Amino acid sequence: MNNRITAFRLSALIFGFAFLYIPILSLIFYSFNKSRLVTVWGGFSTEWYGKLFQNEQILNAAWLSLKIAAINATGAMILGTLAGMALARFGKFKGRTLFSAMTTAPLVMPEVITGLSLLMMFVAMEQILHWPQGRGVTTVTIAHMTLTMAYVTVIVQSRLSTLDDSLEEAAMDLGARPAKTFFLITLPIIAPALISGWLLAFTISLDDLVIASFVSGPGSSTLPMVIFSKVRLGVSPDINALASIMVLLVTVGVVIAGFLMARQEKRKVRDMQMAAASGGN
Amino acid sequence: MATSARPEQKLQPWNDPQAVPYIAIERVTKKFGDFTAVNDVSLKIYKRELFCLLGGSGCGKTTLLRMLAGFEEPSSGKILIDGVDMAGIPPYERPVNMMFQSYALFPHMTVEQNVAFGLKQDRLPKDEINDRVAKMLGQVKLSQFGKRKPHQLSGGQRQRVALARSLVKQPKLLLLDEPLGALDKKLREHTQFELVNLQEQLGVTFVVVTHDQEEAMTLSSRIGVMNLGEIVQVGTPKDIYEYPNSKFVAEFIGNVNMFQGRMIEDLPDRVRIESAELGGTIFVDHGVSSAPDAILSAAVRPEKIIISIDKPPQEDNVARGVVKEIAYMGDMSVYLVQLDSGKVIRITQPNAYRHADDLITWDQAVYVHWHPSSPVVLSE
Amino acid sequence: MSARAEGPRGQRHSAGAQLVLRVLQQLPPYRWTQARLVKWGVTGRSAVIAIPYFWLLLFFLIPFLIVLKIAFAQQLNDSPPYSALFELIDGGRSQGWILDAKLYLRGFISLFTEDLYWQAYVNSVKISFISTICCLLVGYPIAYAIARSTTTWRNILLMMVILPFWTSFLLRVYAWIGILKNNGLINNFLMWTGLIDEPIVMLQTDFAIYVGIVYSYLPFMILPLYSNLEKMDLTLLEAAADLGCKPIKAFLKVTLPLSLPGVIAGSMLVFIPVIGEFVIPELLGPSDTLMIGKQLWRVFFTGRDWPMAAAVAVALLLFLVVPIVLLQRAQGAELKGAHR
Repeated sequence: MNNRITAFRLSALIFGFAFLYIPILSLIFYSFNKSRLVTVWGGFSTEWYGKLFQNEQILNAAWLSLKIAAINATGAMILGTLAGMALARFGKFKGRTLFSAMTTAPLVMPEVITGLSLLMMFVAMEQILHWPQGRGVTTVTIAHMTLTMAYVTVIVQSRLSTLDDSLEEAAMDLGARPAKTFFLITLPIIAPALISGWLLAFTISLDDLVIASFVSGPGSSTLPMVIFSKVRLGVSPDINALASIMVLLVTVGVVIAGFLMARQEKRKVRDMQMAAASGGN
Repeated sequence: MATSARPEQKLQPWNDPQAVPYIAIERVTKKFGDFTAVNDVSLKIYKRELFCLLGGSGCGKTTLLRMLAGFEEPSSGKILIDGVDMAGIPPYERPVNMMFQSYALFPHMTVEQNVAFGLKQDRLPKDEINDRVAKMLGQVKLSQFGKRKPHQLSGGQRQRVALARSLVKQPKLLLLDEPLGALDKKLREHTQFELVNLQEQLGVTFVVVTHDQEEAMTLSSRIGVMNLGEIVQVGTPKDIYEYPNSKFVAEFIGNVNMFQGRMIEDLPDRVRIESAELGGTIFVDHGVSSAPDAILSAAVRPEKIIISIDKPPQEDNVARGVVKEIAYMGDMSVYLVQLDSGKVIRITQPNAYRHADDLITWDQAVYVHWHPSSPVVLSE
Repeated sequence: MSARAEGPRGQRHSAGAQLVLRVLQQLPPYRWTQARLVKWGVTGRSAVIAIPYFWLLLFFLIPFLIVLKIAFAQQLNDSPPYSALFELIDGGRSQGWILDAKLYLRGFISLFTEDLYWQAYVNSVKISFISTICCLLVGYPIAYAIARSTTTWRNILLMMVILPFWTSFLLRVYAWIGILKNNGLINNFLMWTGLIDEPIVMLQTDFAIYVGIVYSYLPFMILPLYSNLEKMDLTLLEAAADLGCKPIKAFLKVTLPLSLPGVIAGSMLVFIPVIGEFVIPELLGPSDTLMIGKQLWRVFFTGRDWPMAAAVAVALLLFLVVPIVLLQRAQGAELKGAHR
C-alpha cells in the first residue's frame, strides 16, 4: 500500500526536482549561447569557455579560492574531529554547554554577523599582537575554518554517536592506550564521515561570499567575490561558462561517489551470503 | 558439564581457609549519582575457577564486571587481582581481558588481525605473534577463516573470534559478558561444552556474567547470585539449587514450591512445620535456626515430589489433590496439581518407562509426597 | 624467540622495548614533564577538548564581545575607523592616572529612533517568516515523497536533492537573474507561446526574493524533514487505516504531528539565517528593499561606519539568541536520544 507510487507523490517529485534543476540547466544551456545577451538565443558557440580561460582575474581568483578551500577543509576536519570526539565521547565535562553551543551556532548564524565580528577581531588582534598583518589569505582561511568546523563537528559527532563504543573499549581492554585506540580503531571506521566533512568544508569555503568580503584584503579576492562584482552589473556569459564547469565537476564527483557506494553495497550483500553459506557453525 | 570432575571440585579452594584468592573484591560499592548499582559487594574468586555472576537485568552484575575490567572505578572498596590493587589502573594496563556481549570485533580488520591486535600492543616480535595467533585459531577451529573480515562470518564464528582474541594474550583473568546470549539454542549447548573445555585446557580464570540460569549451572564452578546490587548467595551450582539461602534465590533458580507455615517442633536435628497451604505438616530431617513461632517457608523442588494414585504411608510431607494440567516434555512430564488446600503445586517426573503417563491423567485424584530431606526451610 | 620481560602490571614487552622504556623513565626531564602535566590536569583528553575550545573562544565568542565594544565607539576617519573605548590619561600630580571611558550611544539610539533600521528588522523578519512557510509548503511534499519511496530510489533522489547544494549558491542565485529578467527564460517562453505581449516584471521585485530564498534554502528544509519522516513507523498508518481512518485524515492526525520535530528543525535552519540574508535581496530584489543584511553591508562597506554596523549586528544577534537556543535544545535532545 505504501510503496505503490501515488499521483500526488509522483507529481511532488517531478515538480520539485524540476524546480531544483531548471535553473542549473538554464545556466549550462545559455553558456553555449553566442549572444552576449545571455538569454536571447544567438546561436551555438563555445567561445565563452575560451574567453573564460583567458580571463586572468577569474583564473587567479579561482586558484586562490581553491588553495584557501583546501587548507581550510583540512584544518576544519582536524578541529571538527576533535570537537566531535569531545562532544560524543567525553560525557559531561566542564563548560560542555558553552562548547556545544559554540560548535553549532555558526551553522545558523547569519554570515554578515560572523564576517563582521571576525573582521573586527582581526583588526583588534593586529593592534595588540601585530598579527595578522593586514587581511588576506590567512584571515580568510581562519574565518572559513571557524565556520566550516561546525559542519564537520556535527557530522563527526553524529557518526560517533552511532558507533558502538564497545569497539573502543575492546581495544583498550586489549592494551591500546586511548590515543592509539583512536588512530587504529575509531579513525579508520569513521573515515568516510571525515571525508564527507572535508568535502563539505571545501565546498562551503569555495562558495562563501559574505565572510570572505569582510575579512579579505587587497589582492586577495576570492572567486565568489569576483563573480559577485560581475553579476551585480548584470548577466555575463563567461560566468555561465564557469557555472557549467563547476556543475560538471560536482556531477562527476557525485556520480563517482554514487558508484563507489553502490559497489560497497554489493560487496556487503556478497559477504553476508558468504557468511551464511559457511554454516552456522 | 565437564568431561571429568574438575580439579577444583575435588580441591574446593573456597572451603580452605588457607587458600589465597586470586581475585579479591573487597566491599566494593558503585554509585551513579543517586543510584547505587553495586552495594558493598565482597567476593573471593580462586585461580582456575569458572565463576558466574547470575542475576536479572539491573542487578549490578555488568557494572561489577566492568569494574573488574577497569572501565569503571569503584566509588568505594578495593579490587585486587593476584594481590595487586587495581585502583586507578586503566583497562589497557590490567592483566585482564574481556569478551564483549556484542563481540566488538574490529570491522575493518581480518580475523587474524583482530586476534593479533592485543599482542601487537605488547610489542611482541612478529614471529611470535603469528605463531600464537595461528595456534589460537586452531584451538577455536577457525584456522581457515583467518583472512576473512567479521561481516563475512556467521554469528557462532564471530563469537569464537572474540574468544580467541581475548584469550590469546593469556590473561590472568578473562571476563565474559553474556557470551552465549546471541546464539541459538543448539549452538548454545554445544558452545557451553567447548567453553568449559577451553577453560580447563588453558587454565585461565573466568568470570562470566549471565542472566540465564541454565548457562550458569552448566558452566560454573561457583555461582554468585546478585539482586539489586548485592550478592545474595555464593556457592556451587548444587549448593545454590539444593540449599538456597533465601526465598529470592530459591525462586530465582529453577522452579520451586513454597509452603508457608508455622514452626511447631524445633529440635537440633529435626523440625516440624504446620502449613495451611499444604493442609498438613512438613517434617524436615535437619535442624534450622529461627525464632520460635516464626513464619517460615519450606521450599520443595518439583522433581523431589512424588505423585501417586495410592496414599503413601506417611503422616507428614503428604497431601491430596487433583491433577489440573499435564505438560508432556518428552523426557519428563510436568504436572500441575491442585491440593485440597487450594494451592497449586508443580511436579516434574521423568518418563522413566513408556506409558508412565497413562496412569495419571487430567482430573485424576492423586497423592503427593516427598522425602524429609527434600524441603529447604527459609525465613522471609 | 627473543627474551621477554613482564612489566609491573603483568604486561609483556619485548626486551628491547622494555630497555628503552626503563631508560626513558630514568631520565629526569621525562619524569618531571610527566609529573607537571598530570599536576596541571593536562591529559590527552583535556587537550582534545582544549584545542577546538580555544579556537572557538578566540575566533567565535570573543569577536562578538569586540563587536559589542565597537558598537559603543565613535566613527573615526582613521585606521582603525573607530575610537577607543578606554583611555588611560595621566592627570598629572594632582589626579594621578585616570581611566577615561567613552561610550557613544549614538549607534544604539539610531537603531530605535531611525525608521530605517526598525523597518529593516521588521521587514527582514516578515520576509524570513513568509519564505520559511513557502519553503515548508514546497519542501514537505518532496521530503514526504522521497521518504515513502523504495530504498534504491530513495538514495538516488536524496543525492539529487543534495547535488544542487554542492554547486555554488552564488551561481544558482545568479541563474534566477537569467530566468526572471524581462528578456529572461520565463518571459521569452511566455512571449514565444503568445500568452503575453509585454514581459512580466519579475526581477527586482519582492517576488524574486522569495523565489530565490525558497530555491536556495530548500535542501535545508528537505533534509531534516526527510530524516524525521524516514524514521516514522509506517505500521502506525496501517493501524490508522485498520481503524477506519481515511488517508488524508491519517496524514493530518498521525504523520503531521509526528513530523513536527522535523518541521521545526527545518524551519529554524531556514528562518534564522534568512533574516540576515544579503546576497539574494541584493541580486534579485529591488534596490530599495529594506533587509537588515543589506543594511549592515551598506553601512559597513559604503558608509565605513563600523560602530553603526556593530550596533546593527548586536541588535540582530540579540534577537536571534532565542531561536538559536531553541534549536540547540532540540538538536541536543535528538542527539542524546540517539547516543545512549
